[in-house]
This record gives sequence, structure tokens and C-alpha cells, in this order.
Amino acid sequence: MIRYLARRLATMLVTLLIISALIFIIIKLPPGDFLTNQIAELRAQGDASAAARAEFLVAQYGLDRPAWEQYLAWVGVWPGPGGDHAGLLQGNWGWSFEYDRPVREVVGDALWLTLLLNLTTVIFVHVVAIPIAIYSARRQYSIGDYVVTLFGYLGLATPSFLLALILLYYMNRWFGISIGGLYDPQFAGAPWTAEKVRSLAEHLIVPTIVIGLGGTAAMIRRMRANLLDELGKQYYVTARAKGLPPGKALLKYPFRMALNPFISDIGNLLPQLVSGSVLVSLVMSLPTVGPILLAALKAQDQYLAGFILMFVAVLTVVGMLISDILLAWLDPRIRLGGR
Amino acid sequence: MREQLATPHFVDAQPFDPGVSDPGRHEDERFYRASSLALIWWKFRRNRLAVVSAFVLLFFYAMVPFVEVIAPYGQSERNGDFLYAPPQPVHLFHDGEFVGPFVYPYSFTFNKETFTRDYVVDRTAPQRLRFFCQGSPYRFWGLVEMRFRLVCPPEGGTFFLMGTDRLGRDLLSRIIYGARISLVIGLVGIGVSFALGLFFGGVAGYLGGWVDSAIQRLIEILRSLPELPLWLALSAALPANWSPVAVFFGITIILGLLDWPGLARAVRSKLLALREEDFVKAAELMGASRTRIIARHLIPNFMSHLIASATLSIPSMILGETALSFLGLGLRPPVTSWGVLLNEAQNLAAVSLQPWLLWPIVPVVLVVLAFNFVGDGLRDAADPYHE
Repeated sequence: MIRYLARRLATMLVTLLIISALIFIIIKLPPGDFLTNQIAELRAQGDASAAARAEFLVAQYGLDRPAWEQYLAWVGVWPGPGGDHAGLLQGNWGWSFEYDRPVREVVGDALWLTLLLNLTTVIFVHVVAIPIAIYSARRQYSIGDYVVTLFGYLGLATPSFLLALILLYYMNRWFGISIGGLYDPQFAGAPWTAEKVRSLAEHLIVPTIVIGLGGTAAMIRRMRANLLDELGKQYYVTARAKGLPPGKALLKYPFRMALNPFISDIGNLLPQLVSGSVLVSLVMSLPTVGPILLAALKAQDQYLAGFILMFVAVLTVVGMLISDILLAWLDPRIRLGGR
Repeated sequence: MREQLATPHFVDAQPFDPGVSDPGRHEDERFYRASSLALIWWKFRRNRLAVVSAFVLLFFYAMVPFVEVIAPYGQSERNGDFLYAPPQPVHLFHDGEFVGPFVYPYSFTFNKETFTRDYVVDRTAPQRLRFFCQGSPYRFWGLVEMRFRLVCPPEGGTFFLMGTDRLGRDLLSRIIYGARISLVIGLVGIGVSFALGLFFGGVAGYLGGWVDSAIQRLIEILRSLPELPLWLALSAALPANWSPVAVFFGITIILGLLDWPGLARAVRSKLLALREEDFVKAAELMGASRTRIIARHLIPNFMSHLIASATLSIPSMILGETALSFLGLGLRPPVTSWGVLLNEAQNLAAVSLQPWLLWPIVPVVLVVLAFNFVGDGLRDAADPYHE
């Protein structure tokens, strides 16, 4: 187990390294960067002193260096312009040119709220999908089963951002929950009190449902198919013939068999959920990293955008690692030794 | 032994011809001799939902070349007197009398308290719609000047079946025009991803060794990345001074660029599995070259699977384009796609005051569902020799 963990961690690190390179290339694709654009603009306005200040920033953050050097300095394996190693590896997330503040301060709470939103969504997907899938498999071809299937297909096909918009509107009309944000406006900047937490929980409902719907639908479909496969097998028939009540027989054997692909599926689910959360956050103006990312990409604020993309990637890769470990721990048939 | 038989054998005097005399065989013969394509078709046909969905898709795609003729108005034809006009339903009966398809005209008064336009329907004067008529002029495929349209608004009247937007443009016409872009983008995107997937999967499965493991790692990495943030980053990288058409192709390539890993993986695993089959060995022994084996024997064998999985990933392309355009990073006006249309409906005012602006969701959902059903049907039918 320990050897497996070590190997899995090593591949994860390599993966993250390659991802960081990919992200940096993508960020660097558009010609120019935030500061060169700004300098050109300031020159055009005739503001020489501000332009000089921006040029100083260019030198300070090494934007005049070749791209590979900038990348290595960003990661932290190459001495930066200041002569010391100060990159992601050292916990230095870079500087946001647009906000004129360190990236760490700009993203701040947004990281935790993103994490929270994704975590609640993963829990929501599982809590909702498992019972529905069991019901739907037990009563195959019943009206309930058809309703679930129909709902599943609709969940797959409706663009989440529009669902967000419509649900938001009706939640406000029927339950008076304020529109946008993750807590009522008066709590912005306030310390975390019980009231604020309650407001946060209230505002999490819609985004969680919207983001989780597609994943829930897909999961119900797969779980139902898995369960139906298992229900036809002899060991289940034997268990029933020996007098085990249906519910108990189902939970004791086929359910556990059907659960394995379910856990390994977290790997597919996570990128999808993170994508969804970025999109839905934009529509609902949630204070997560989504809106910051969009603004940073548009303004070519390279370190801010790069860090958020990296954060999102780490979120999914670590999630996949956890699902792999869970799977190895739950399923004795998985060989850890090698291929 | 023989004398124990009580009844004599019945022997038919007719000559025995197995091809004709055995009624059961004929059907079997047809089945065993059918090409695999015919078998796939027979199996696909049994899935009612998939067939209906295929017709829905055919209907939508048949519209694509003729949008100019079908749409009652031009793509960006403005009707300054009818901003945010609500939908105008088609009626058949006026005062209990059959008139044929007609609409009631409406006019607006400006509400000075809410600053909105209140449209009042005039129920006394039905206006008949015109069919196969001469409407406002357009350039068919941008080439030929024409006026012929399937449906036209009544003389001097209006026909806004789904209402109008903030510039008074007919939403139905814009949805029909948007279908052209949105539907084509899915196909072109899948073309890009198909080519990439076939290439990388083929190389991995064919060469094996370190190339295979390198491509496998790449696939794993790409699959673990959330698509949308990367799409956002790539679209933000498109130069702002590109023409809308160039942006269209840019977006299509971006959509295809991140989608191929799934297909590549399928190609690779199928190649590896089929390489061990007897018919490949037979071909090898007969001296066929490797390219011939791949092109003649391997690819036709898993093409149906590939097409099925490609069909299943078209919806994600269409939804991806919709999401990007919705966020303002995808296609830009004057190019009209369903996502661009939805971009105009993205504020809460639209949901509460002009709910008809949400109509473009309906074709999006329909097409995505239809592709899903057809893809499911194809996947089940793709392997006709396996029950």
C-alpha cells in the first residue's frame, strides 16, 4: 500500500508539472501582456511617469525575460528577477498587475468558497444519485423509473448556466433569497458569525443543485445500469432464495459491487463539476475563483490567471488521487503491485 | 428393429431443394449473408427512440442550407416599432369562423410609470399569413438576390411567432439562422477531434512502446483537466482583431482540441484488441502490408464504434460553444448562434420581463437530447454480431 501511494504521488507531481507548463503556454499565447498593453496606453495618454513606473514593474517581475525563464521562475526552480527562488513551490503565488496586489490577497476567500462549493456539490451528487439509482433499478420500468430517466436526460441536456438563471429568479420570488453572491449583501466583509454561515448555506442551495445536476444524471444512469447487471447474477438470486429480504440482499452484495465504478468515476466527475462551478459562478456572480479567472484572462493578468488555472487543476488531480486511494482501499481485487 | 415401426414413413415425391423447400432457412440466409452495415441498421431500427431522434436531427440539419428561405425575416432585420415585442401566436378561427392561419396585429403604448412598452392586441382585425411568398429581399448563400420565402408576415403587418429582441429583430428568424452556426460547429469540432483522436490513438496502438506510454500519459493529463477554464483561456487567446468568421473557426478548433483524448483511447484499445484476431493473422500470412491491414481490416471493424462515440460527444461541443458565446468569449455578433442569442438573455430582467428571449434553449436541448439518443442507439447497434 505504501509503495502504491508513493508511486501514485510521484505520478501526480509529474502530472502537475506538465499541467503547469501547459497552462503557462496557454496564458502566454496572446501577444503582449498586461504591462506592455498598459505601457502603450499610458504612452498614448502622454503619462510618462506612470509609464516609467510600469516599465519598472516589467523589470521587477521579469516580464522582459524569455518565456521559459519566466515559467521556471513562476514555478520556483529558477532564480527570479530578485535573484532568489520565489515561485509556486515556495508558496509565492505571484503578483496581480490589474489589482496591484499579491495574487494571494486577490483570491483570498474565493479559494475556500470554491473548495466549499465543489465539496458540497460532490456530496450532493452522491447523496442524491445513490438512493435514486437504487430505487430506479429495483423498480425497473415503473413510472418512477421513467420519470427518473427523463429527468436524467433533461439534466444532461440543459445548459447549466441558464438553469442557474431561471432557478435564481424563482428562488428569489418564492423564498426571497437575494440574487447573486454566496451570502446576503450585508455580510460582505463581516466576520464569520452564525448568521453569516446560515446565509451562506441558504445561498449554496441553488448553485449546488445547478452544478450537480448534470453529474447526478450521469451517475444515476451508470449506477442503475451497474445495479441491473448485478441483480441478474446468480449470487443475488441465491441470496434471495435463501430468504434474505430484498432490501438487505441488495445492500449487502450487488450494491457494494456497483459502488466500485462509482468511486472510480469521481475522476470523471470532478473536472466536469469544476468546469460547471466556474461557469455557474460567472452567471450567479458567486465570489469563487470563476469570475476572477474570466477577468484575469481578459486583462492578460498572467500570474493571477495562471494561479487560478493551476488551483483548479490541483483540485481535480488531488480529487482523483483521493478517489484512487479510496478505490484501492475498498476493493481487494485491485492489485497494487504493478501492471 | 425395423419391423417395430407401426406407421410407414411419409416420403414426398417432390425433389428436395434446400434453398426453396425449407421456409425457415430463407430468413436465416438473409441474416447470415447480410453485410455488417445492414445488420447495424436492422439493430438500430429496433430502437424506436433513436430512430425518432435521428429524424429530429435530420429535420434540423435539412434546415441548415435553406435558412434564408425558411426564416420569415432577415438575420439582422430591425423593426424599430416593435422592440421587445411579445410572441404573436398563430390562430386558425376568428369569431368561430375558420379563416386559416392568421395573427392579430398589436400596437404598443409607452408605460411612463414602469418605462416599458405595453403591447395591446387588436382582436378585431385578423391578418392572414402568406405562404410561398415574396418577402423582404436577401442574398441566398450570399450569392443570389432572392425574395422567395416559405412564410411571410401579412401585408403591412408583422409575424413574430417568438417575439423580438431589444433591436426589434424577429427571434424565430434568428434562431433559424443560429441553427446554421450552432449545428455546423458541432460537426466541424467533432471532425477536428476525430482526426486528432484517430491519429494519436492509431499511433499509440500501432507503434506501442514508449510512444504509446507517452500518449497514454498525455491523454490522462488532458482528461484530468477541467475543460471550461481551458476553453476560456484559449478563447481569450484569440486575437481581438480577427474577423467573426476567423473567430468561428478558431473556436471550433479549440473545442476539438480538448475533446480527442476519449476517442484516441477508444481507437487504441480497439486496435490492440483487434491486432490479436485470427483474420489479422490470416492477412499477415497472405503478405498484406501493415498499412493495408490497418486500412482494410482494422479501421472498418471499429469505425462504427468510433462514430457512435463521436455522436455522443457532439452535444458537449454544442453546449461548449453555447457556454463560451454566452460568456462573451465565443462567437461575436453579427455571427448568430444559439449561444449568442442566449447571451442577450443572460440578465434577470430577461427572465422576468421578456421570457421569450429564452426560446433558444428549446432547440439546444432538443438537439443535444437527440444526439444523445442517436448515439446510445448507435453504440448498442455498433456491434451487430454480439447479442
